[in-house]
Amino acid sequence: MEGEIISVADKPQTFYELMRAQGTSRRSFLKFCSLTAAALGLEPVYADKIAHAMETKPRLPVLWLHGLECTCCSESFIRSGNPLSSDVILKMISLDYDDTLMTAAGHDAEAILDEIPNKYPGEYILAVEGNPPLNEDGMYCIIGGKPFVERLKSVAANAKAVIAWGACASWGCVQAAKPNPTQAVPIDKVITDKPIIKVPGCPPIAEVMTGVISYILTFDRLPELDSRGRPAMFYGQRIHDKCYRRPHFDAGEFVQSWDDEGARKGYCLYKMGCKGPTTYNACSTVRWNGGVSFPIQSGHGCIGCSEENFWDNGPFYSRLANIGAGFGIEATADQIGGTAAAAALAGVAAHAGASAVKHFTRKPGEGDKQ
Amino acid sequence: MSAPDTNTAEVHAPVYVYELPVRLWHWVTAPCIIILAATGYLIGNPAWPLIAGEPFHHYIMGDIRFIHFTAAYILGIGFLLRVYWALVGNRYAREIFILAVWRKSWWHELFQTLRWYGFQKSEPMREVGHNPVAQLAIFAVFVLGVIFQLVTGFALYGEGAGGWAHTLFTSWVIPLLGGSMEVHTWHHLAMWYILLFVIAHIYLVIREDVMSRQTMVSTMISGWRYFKDGKSS
Repeated sequence: MEGEIISVADKPQTFYELMRAQGTSRRSFLKFCSLTAAALGLEPVYADKIAHAMETKPRLPVLWLHGLECTCCSESFIRSGNPLSSDVILKMISLDYDDTLMTAAGHDAEAILDEIPNKYPGEYILAVEGNPPLNEDGMYCIIGGKPFVERLKSVAANAKAVIAWGACASWGCVQAAKPNPTQAVPIDKVITDKPIIKVPGCPPIAEVMTGVISYILTFDRLPELDSRGRPAMFYGQRIHDKCYRRPHFDAGEFVQSWDDEGARKGYCLYKMGCKGPTTYNACSTVRWNGGVSFPIQSGHGCIGCSEENFWDNGPFYSRLANIGAGFGIEATADQIGGTAAAAALAGVAAHAGASAVKHFTRKPGEGDKQ
Repeated sequence: MSAPDTNTAEVHAPVYVYELPVRLWHWVTAPCIIILAATGYLIGNPAWPLIAGEPFHHYIMGDIRFIHFTAAYILGIGFLLRVYWALVGNRYAREIFILAVWRKSWWHELFQTLRWYGFQKSEPMREVGHNPVAQLAIFAVFVLGVIFQLVTGFALYGEGAGGWAHTLFTSWVIPLLGGSMEVHTWHHLAMWYILLFVIAHIYLVIREDVMSRQTMVSTMISGWRYFKDGKSS
């Protein structure tokens, strides 16, 4: 990391200069550009554009902050196969600050958070993993002696754009689930004047994370976002829409229990609570660990980790979500509606009985006097 | 409230209340709601036991969803035509959309009708159109419920189908309610809300047909409301 810190102070190198200085051959460089274009799903001609961009553009300074989180986003990120996360960190971006990696550097590392925003105003990317708790003036997350929410606001002030890594930064995730004692909020509640790219998931897919960064570097613009602020190319469809078990869903062939014939034959996990039909993510296309598998492929339903409030929309193993009905009672829509309908039918029966008594016992002439 | 110049024959005369488009709409919408509720329940809870075999031999979930979507289209188009008919039809065609809450007499009648339903009043009101309790229930439960179901339903439909449903509904409904799962849950709850209306509606229509002073069931078939007595109020 020391070399990275020094490079900030020098004249910024282009990506290509840095890669050559690190011993990458031109041939390897061009292969890298082609692979990145392929990973982004672009036409072959874009490999040249990526190469041109990397030869002429200075590396992008990135400040990576960690709030309330579990570091699973970083763990996912370092497993990216294409592009390799090492290529992203060492050749594409200039990762100038990451407190989880730089804890040992202490005050020297903290100084960078003041230096970069002043040196490159409007040019650096702020990547946020985790979110700020607002309760008690933010004291539930203190980093370097200051509440995380203050640091987040000050570093965001001069940023070009903000990347919200994971469900924490995007939606709030587990620490914002009911009853949310620390009042943790997604970062867009705190940063309101900057473009924010939400890359939700718990964690997001590694190739989606590096793909978003590659896109920003290559085209010098943010990827197209959907109405919820997520990159449309990765979050434009539900897992269900591209799930390889979808034909079993349409056929009505559902796994009924974890050890039945349907489970062994790989039928649809809808009745086992799979949240694929309500979850926008790229798991069923990009998959995980270099395309090896994803939860549904390994026989377990999707838990919907890239959706807002996914902890509160449980249970994970039932199709219908529980509805908090107060007093700690939880019930599904069918239990609530069925009870109400039964009560209505009982009411109707009682009222009909009373009406019949009234109708047949009335005195002659009462009610319909002519 | 009898007008002094009204004679018995005029009061007795039947009134053409429900015009043909209204009746057609009622009898198209009724089976749609039953079909939508039944298929919708099965989509949320496919209760059948394990079906084995290659997926190309079956299309059960696909068929159920197709029936659900088709019935939803018929319900939706019918509802739009019904709103249009409220604009051009007779005064009774507007009763379920615009409640005369600004009129003191409407509130008086509402209270009297509630007394009648609560066995506190021995004689029912004379009603040409819907009574205020019916208007309130139809508007608050049926009209608003169906609008809610059409909006959330087509938002869910647009998730998979894309196109106009996605542009018109999915794009704003899903973020508004928090996510796709929340929209599913609300859509499911609202089904039960409408079914409560169906239960109360069928019961009260039959009860009023027997006990009230005017025809009910046959009026929705022929359009004409007949009065059982000659009193004007």
